Amino acid sequence: MIVRIAGERQYRLSDDLAERLNDLDNRCVEAVEGGDEARFRDLFAQMIALVEGEGAPLADDELVESDVILPPRDITFKEAQREFTGEGLIPDD
Amino acid sequence: MARRRSDRKEACLPGLAGRLSTTIKAKISKWLDRAEDPAETLDYGYRKQVELLQNVKKGIADVVTSKKRLQMQSQKLEQQVAKLEAQARQALAHGREDLARAALERKALAQRELQSLDQQIAELESQQQRLTENEQRLRAKVEAFRTKKEVIKAQYSAAEAQVRISEAAHGVGEQMADLGLALQRAQEKVEDMQARAAAVEELERAGTFDDLAALGSGSDDIDRQLAQLETGDQIERELARLKGEIGPGGRAAGQLDAGKGDAGQSSGAGAGGGS
Repeated sequence: MIVRIAGERQYRLSDDLAERLNDLDNRCVEAVEGGDEARFRDLFAQMIALVEGEGAPLADDELVESDVILPPRDITFKEAQREFTGEGLIPDD
Repeated sequence: MARRRSDRKEACLPGLAGRLSTTIKAKISKWLDRAEDPAETLDYGYRKQVELLQNVKKGIADVVTSKKRLQMQSQKLEQQVAKLEAQARQALAHGREDLARAALERKALAQRELQSLDQQIAELESQQQRLTENEQRLRAKVEAFRTKKEVIKAQYSAAEAQVRISEAAHGVGEQMADLGLALQRAQEKVEDMQARAAAVEELERAGTFDDLAALGSGSDDIDRQLAQLETGDQIERELARLKGEIGPGGRAAGQLDAGKGDAGQSSGAGAGGGS
């Protein structure tokens, strides 16, 4: 799957990482809904680290659409309260 | 493959990601719907990309300008901190602990402001860097699109070309939209910082971090009192010198005060309040 970190670049990740990413995303939503900024920061940093650590950066001249777009890494908690709501990154079905 | 991807994305990404993909899709359908001839669509898309790249430079320049402004403000504040420290020292040398305390309080305030300013500068710095990288990436994708469009025009039938165009357009379009949003975010941040910078300048004008060494209309209360002390001291020195010339009995109080002042300063500098 192709994942973009908004404001940065795209990465190619193995499809079986989707579950981990989705799990982190769900926990991010919980943290945001609970108003726990520290926990959100920690989880969101883990998401970014997962993508950067496990993914291979796409070449700049590759013209591919992303499956998942993560918010920018310097997202504020206020922005996160708008972005991390409801369903996870990847639906359960 | 590409279709499966976009279906999944559309279904599952709320918020920024959702908005992002909505923006991209709207932009891309605009190109795709614009012309019936695939070659025309491709050329139109490419012109739009080049146009955006030109606008991007301006957006990045705004961030740089704003950063420079904050850097200038930071330098001014650094000078302020140094001056307030010197003034506290000076006040203590005169045995004016109250004045020294006031100066140190202002120094602490200026230091706090300086810290937040430096943080903002660092933030703008990394924004600038990310935008520049993003711009380079878009440039590479636009170039790839340019090559690809020639291949598509030459090699594919109209029906096949539509599919290829769609793929390529989504690839470059996402980068365009992403950079567009990144610029918009940077712009918002810059506006916030400028509002804050203006507020700090207002404080400076009001004399909160006033340049206490500057005499005249800009001088504040500590300034005037120090100036009075300076004047008083000068008179004392003159007197002492004169007394020395005339005969014994001149005081060495000035030196003793200076020593006491140094000790008080070094213990009070960190905490911002003398004892």
